[in-house]
Amino acid sequence: MSVLEHKLNSDAGAGSDMIQYVTVVIGGQLFGLPISQVHDVFVPESVTRVPMSAPEVQGVLNLRGRIVTAINMRRRLHLPPLEDEQMMAVGIEYKFESYGLVIDTVGEVLTLPAASSEPNPSNLDRRWAEISGGVHRLDGQLMVILDVDRLLGAMFTEPMVAA
Amino acid sequence: MDDLLREFITETNESLDVVDVELVKFEQEPNNATILNNIFRLVHTIKGTCGFLGLPRLEGIAHAAETLMGKFRDGAPVTQEAVSLILISIDQIKDILAELEAAEGEEPQGDDSELIGKLEDMSAKADAAMASGAEPEAEAAEEAPAEADAADGDDPDQALERPLRPGEVSLDELERAFQQTEIEVEVAEVEIAETEDIAEEVDEPAPAPVAAKTEAKAEPQKKADAQKSGAEGGEKKAPGGSVSNKSIRVAVDTLEHLMTMVSELVLTRNQLLEIVRRHEDSEFKVPLQRLSNVTAELQEGVMATRMQPIGNAWQKLPRIVRDLSQELEKPIELEMIGADTELDRQVLEMIKDPLTHMVRNSADHGLEGPEERRAAGKPEKGTITLAAYHEGGHIIIEVRDDGKGIDVEKVKSKVLERGLATEAEFEKMTDSQIHKFIFAAGFSTAAEVTSVSGRGVGMDVVRNNIELIGGTVDLRSTTGKGSSFIIKIPLTLAIVSTLIVEASGDRFAIPQLSVVELVRVQTNSEHRIERIKDTPVLRLRNKLLPLVHLSQLLGIYEGEDVDQAIDSDNGFIVVMQVGSQTFGVVVDGVFHTEEIVVKPMSSMLRNLNMFSGNTILGDGSVIMIIDPNGIAGAMASHASSSVAESEDEEQEGLQRKSMSSQNAISLLLFRAGAPEPKAVPLSLVTRLEEFEVSKIERSNGRDLVQYRGSLMPLVYVNDGDGHKTEGTQPMLVFSDSGRSMGLVVDEIVDIVEDLMNIEVGSERPGVLGSAVVKERATEILDLGYYLPQAFEDWFMRKEMDIEALTKKVLFVDDSSFFRNMLTPVLKAAGYDVTTCIGPQQAFELLENGDKFHAIVSDIEMPEINGFEFCESLRRDPRFRNIPILALSSMVTPASIERGRQAGFDDYVAKFDRPGLIAALKDVFSNELGVAA
Repeated sequence: MSVLEHKLNSDAGAGSDMIQYVTVVIGGQLFGLPISQVHDVFVPESVTRVPMSAPEVQGVLNLRGRIVTAINMRRRLHLPPLEDEQMMAVGIEYKFESYGLVIDTVGEVLTLPAASSEPNPSNLDRRWAEISGGVHRLDGQLMVILDVDRLLGAMFTEPMVAA
Repeated sequence: MDDLLREFITETNESLDVVDVELVKFEQEPNNATILNNIFRLVHTIKGTCGFLGLPRLEGIAHAAETLMGKFRDGAPVTQEAVSLILISIDQIKDILAELEAAEGEEPQGDDSELIGKLEDMSAKADAAMASGAEPEAEAAEEAPAEADAADGDDPDQALERPLRPGEVSLDELERAFQQTEIEVEVAEVEIAETEDIAEEVDEPAPAPVAAKTEAKAEPQKKADAQKSGAEGGEKKAPGGSVSNKSIRVAVDTLEHLMTMVSELVLTRNQLLEIVRRHEDSEFKVPLQRLSNVTAELQEGVMATRMQPIGNAWQKLPRIVRDLSQELEKPIELEMIGADTELDRQVLEMIKDPLTHMVRNSADHGLEGPEERRAAGKPEKGTITLAAYHEGGHIIIEVRDDGKGIDVEKVKSKVLERGLATEAEFEKMTDSQIHKFIFAAGFSTAAEVTSVSGRGVGMDVVRNNIELIGGTVDLRSTTGKGSSFIIKIPLTLAIVSTLIVEASGDRFAIPQLSVVELVRVQTNSEHRIERIKDTPVLRLRNKLLPLVHLSQLLGIYEGEDVDQAIDSDNGFIVVMQVGSQTFGVVVDGVFHTEEIVVKPMSSMLRNLNMFSGNTILGDGSVIMIIDPNGIAGAMASHASSSVAESEDEEQEGLQRKSMSSQNAISLLLFRAGAPEPKAVPLSLVTRLEEFEVSKIERSNGRDLVQYRGSLMPLVYVNDGDGHKTEGTQPMLVFSDSGRSMGLVVDEIVDIVEDLMNIEVGSERPGVLGSAVVKERATEILDLGYYLPQAFEDWFMRKEMDIEALTKKVLFVDDSSFFRNMLTPVLKAAGYDVTTCIGPQQAFELLENGDKFHAIVSDIEMPEINGFEFCESLRRDPRFRNIPILALSSMVTPASIERGRQAGFDDYVAKFDRPGLIAALKDVFSNELGVAA
């Protein structure tokens, strides 16, 4: 955790319970990642695929000298692959290792009151509910909060869904 | 624990190691005063510090040992007995130190009076010997060092609470000595270690400790410093000792971090060079060249800090050999060559134990006793030679003895006894191949288990340890001349030389160490890929090499037919050797070799055993590093799966011959793909389900439905069948251990109770044969064919067995699913099967007197695993001869070996049902009439 992160965390905690989210779009749906968890945003280039890994693992890539494991969020959410368009990736850190979540596009940073988040609707697709930390109602659309710990944690416990 | 104590423990441990070595030398050259002085100085320092830190036990032992050594220095004859006693004392000190460290500075309780008593007796004897040697002036001299020691230990501010120990002097005497030697205090303060030199001048005994003590009253820390510098000064003067005052202690973590950073720098440099290479006249070129050079030097420098002479790993060996020599009553000389050869400290740590073990082995098994040697015309004293040298980026360590060599016949009989090979196999083997059996697990040639070696955990452990660090171990032996073990290990684990290859468009790095050679194949060249049935092999010189394409092993082949992956016209074969396995890996292209810095894989990917790590290449891309051990493992299972295929046919033949089961069973009738009914035993079906067609999703090239919170793959009865396009889709769900598979059917017809008599066997995969059910010819499906389509490893977890009508087989498996599924299959082969849900139940049955002709047991079971089950059966004389087969998903040479040790007659892969049938057939034909 960087100093910045701590600062942001404490800001979020001490301030008026506002949380800043980096918004990303995956398959037309708006998702939000707590800004404290996002280390960088990059274009995933020359990704080396890893044979025999879980299908969601797009591969490994070199991000400024660090080897980052790229997770294809479309595959993770069981969405069809994105055709002919440049994907983006959000760099996050989990258990001292770097991961890149490959998404469609990165949006803006939103500051939202923590209190306005709502729990997952009970009829939400189970695969989605499992990685969602709640929903924010925005003007005209909904933003699903991506819970990074659950997203990646689940991949360790059940590394292979179907061979 | 405070820093002072920690420092003391580290230092003392180092000193003790030196003392060990020096003492052994001293025993051989009792007249070498330099060695004696060196030892004396080290022990003295230890004792002094102990006294200062308040560690009375340590102090007591050190004191007594020092007194004895003082006698030697004064001319008492050096006996082996006395040296042994001192060595025992040193060991005792080490033990106490270890406990001290573990207890965070609390000196452990204990009584050393016996040891001290012995030391004192020995001192007295030495006195007597000296007295008879008529050297009266020595008497006085002997007092002096002792005096010095005593001074160090006692606190002068306290009145003496106990009588003086032998060799101690009273406070008054000390005071007097102090008065007399005031002038020398300055010198002594710095070099306490010189004490004994000065002390030898009888008139001025023991000035240094007194001086130090004076300091100590005012400033204890200073005293410790003074003593330390004293010790270092001493070391500096000792011939061959390290130059401590020019070195500093650095935490290993700091070095590791430095190493990581330099590795990063090297990678970045490589990337920059790659970029500049693309721009011909870049102004960066010159500075970059300089950066490159500096980086290279820096890398070398940092590497050097991690390097340690291999002598460090050898330090304990002279002592061990000496002890062995006495214990075994064989005179042994240990010769060490190339002790200053340097290697990475990480590697060094890891070879320490294997080396020790090998030296022990050489002394115990390799060298003959003195009479035998004399009879063979060799010098009585056996020699063990340790040699280390660099060779092509590797370190070669040789452990050589001039003993009797390895007795091929003895090895053979042992191998036969252990069932590791057969007589017929031996005939095809060269002596050196037979020698290699000593590396097999559980092998030990020592006829008797001695306290030295031969505990049955011998050379296989050594080999495993060495292979763990990417090394190899080889053996050469000439009968009558001796044997030598040659260990080849990489210089460092951090940087690996690899071969960059391409398969299916991706690049991979293969560690050079396991690459034997590269072969280019072309149809018209001498090296051609040939096929035995569908198995590609390469004729290479006088051997047939099994081949497999890398993309096949990694499951990334993109062409139509995997069997066609190997193009006989083009390609490169990387000939790899892993352990005793040699095989060829076919790749599409070979680029170059590159020194790479291994980076650990993300923990999410660490479960992939095909890769040992990854790294960033010069062009900035990430490359996966192949793990040769993983490849070798995959290679083995690849081979056994093709064996399974061919045996499938045999199995079906068997099934056709005898297929009857006595009991009626419930069958589920359904239709799929064709109008004629099909059937499966109902007990195998977990549930009948219907799904909305829209719920069927396609992902990763296969159809799936979400079922009870996880994805369930769908399998079709015939290849190419599809699910319905609208409405609902019926399917049979098979579940086991949390996994489910959906078998898509057109229509579920009925459930009937009938005898499952397969009257016509089938050659078609997926169909066991045809039976009359409800007066109609019905195909009985072979679930064993479909389950692996859903989960490739389904059978790796579970499977079962067969028999021959008259033969009773006990089948033990904890999974009801596989018991149910395999019972019909076993019955199909004609065996009378009794199933048990676990070893516990099996024991009960056997105890009740039920007789079985064979037992088939799963390995992976809760509570009691298959190995333990088999071992306990074998312990019972009633079951000693009953054939027991193991079924397991883990089929590695190690597990097979484990199975043999446990007493299994055969070890069959779970996915290899035909292999199991064949194995059962085998045991019955071999053991006719023996069965319980």
